[in-house]
Amino acid sequence: MSDLRVELAGLELAHPVLNGSGTFDAIAALRTFGDELRDRFPFAAFVSKTITAEARGGNPPPRLWETPAGLINSIGLPNKGLDGFLEQDLPELASLPAPLIVSVAGFSLPQFQLLVSRVAERPEVAALELNVSCPNVESGCVMGSEPAETAAVMRAVRPLATKPLIVKLTPNATDVGAVAAAAEAEGADALSLINTLKAMAFDPAEGRPWLGAGHGGLSGPAVRAVALEQTYEVSSRVRVPVIGMGGIASGRDALDFIHAGARCVAVGTESFRDPAAASRVRDELRDLFAKREVRAIDDTPETASADLVK
Amino acid sequence: MTTLANGQAPEIEVGLTGGEARPRARAPFGRRLAPVRGNAAVGAYRLISVEDEGGPSPEPGQFYMLAAAERWGGGEGERPFLARAFSVCRTRGKGLDFLLEDIGPGTRRLATLAPGEDVWLVGPLGAGFRAPWVVDPSARRALLVGGGIGVAPLVIWSETLAASNVESRVLLGFRSASYSVAADLFADQAEIATDDGSTGRAGLVTELLATELDRTSDAVVYACGPPAMLEAVRRICAASAVAAELALEEAMACGFGACFGCVVRTRTGYRRICVDGPVMSADELDGSWLER
Repeated sequence: MSDLRVELAGLELAHPVLNGSGTFDAIAALRTFGDELRDRFPFAAFVSKTITAEARGGNPPPRLWETPAGLINSIGLPNKGLDGFLEQDLPELASLPAPLIVSVAGFSLPQFQLLVSRVAERPEVAALELNVSCPNVESGCVMGSEPAETAAVMRAVRPLATKPLIVKLTPNATDVGAVAAAAEAEGADALSLINTLKAMAFDPAEGRPWLGAGHGGLSGPAVRAVALEQTYEVSSRVRVPVIGMGGIASGRDALDFIHAGARCVAVGTESFRDPAAASRVRDELRDLFAKREVRAIDDTPETASADLVK
Repeated sequence: MTTLANGQAPEIEVGLTGGEARPRARAPFGRRLAPVRGNAAVGAYRLISVEDEGGPSPEPGQFYMLAAAERWGGGEGERPFLARAFSVCRTRGKGLDFLLEDIGPGTRRLATLAPGEDVWLVGPLGAGFRAPWVVDPSARRALLVGGGIGVAPLVIWSETLAASNVESRVLLGFRSASYSVAADLFADQAEIATDDGSTGRAGLVTELLATELDRTSDAVVYACGPPAMLEAVRRICAASAVAAELALEEAMACGFGACFGCVVRTRTGYRRICVDGPVMSADELDGSWLER
């Protein structure tokens, strides 16, 4: 029996498969699937949907567009805001049978500081993920697109939390490796990538942008090769663990990310097609490990061979 | 067959946001394979029958996500990728029937399913219709108003109402006679309107509804159809002070509240049609929900 246990920034995880933030609403899923979701919970740690300081309704519809092997979404971070999250959602998310990682996004450094300090103090929270794909209202720059901006976010929030801070990198950066290195230098405990790639679709009948917000983000198998390259690039630039994601739909996909340097992986869009997809990815990964007689995740780089990845 | 014993559906759960009790059968976690048992033409539509051996009985108005187990993808525009949402049209034992129309790469593939093939199934999802006396304690009758492919959930609902001895009347609108064959899915004679007048009355089903509501106001209206039709139903019912339950449709990626893609603008903000609906009280909407 291969051991899938893995340590991520101090969290002891039963296996390396997480969810991508914003791709699984555990509270709505509990209403839909009931306690079977708890009994067969697919994720080793649960990453919440991104919360912001103020409540947000999200973008006007339409919000979705199907592409070849992928999906463009333009959701706009709808959430109850910090207070609503802490009061209403956190108790229910804390009841899940997995450590809770809360994703937060600020539109300014003070907002990030407020979010991190108020969320980190809650004992139900195991770690925080910083979504730096939002524009900074002060600079107008997407924080995660520039090393200096990302470093500024980390410098602002690092003193406020002893819990692990994971920076969710955006692929829409000139040099994602440089952004990753800046985050690590300012104390990030782990990095996760990729967020969605900026994308657009046009209404074939009207000839105007289809999505209510004009543009959105592409996910699914369509982005997997890009995500693998960025995971490889980032993993080679930093020493902290990397959570790789982008179109993972099978154990073999997950193993590709591990070979690219990821310590953990996350399933996102595939959960839309199969709510239990992450369980399948985990089981397939275990089978692949067993076939190669890999004993643990950290053994992978030594034992992986060319025939495993062809 | 679902019945409405004592005014209670088998599983009642408080809605996610609206607070109203809506019938909601729980889905098994994950997708499951279900064999296709039949694929029959119903006029211009297809009626796909699958056997859902392990699944629970759906509540009328609930839906499933469907994808062909093989050859899903690689069609027109290298699609489909995501599963497609379909209201359950009727149940026969462990069999589920879905009505569909070939309008794109997903429905095109599903329309060609043959017995012996499998589909991936997730469901039942969302929340269904409330009984007339739950919606309005003074209501005596149900008026079912369907447009086009939107007649699907009204078939199972009319059967459920009949099994509970609720008097109901069915008003259906179609583009033309070839689509109106779907009226045969109802046990009761339906009143029909078509856009081109090729069968029934030439005009809109909402004109039939307006005429009906001139005569009676002790009914609850149950409607499913294109958005413009539902908005007309909403306006007509509001003007007549008649309660209405609207089954909404929107493109969905997941069907279980994960993607936040299928929202509708309600009086209390954007709501996910998949988990807060697909059936919503007409009171939750105002005239702005169709604006872009």
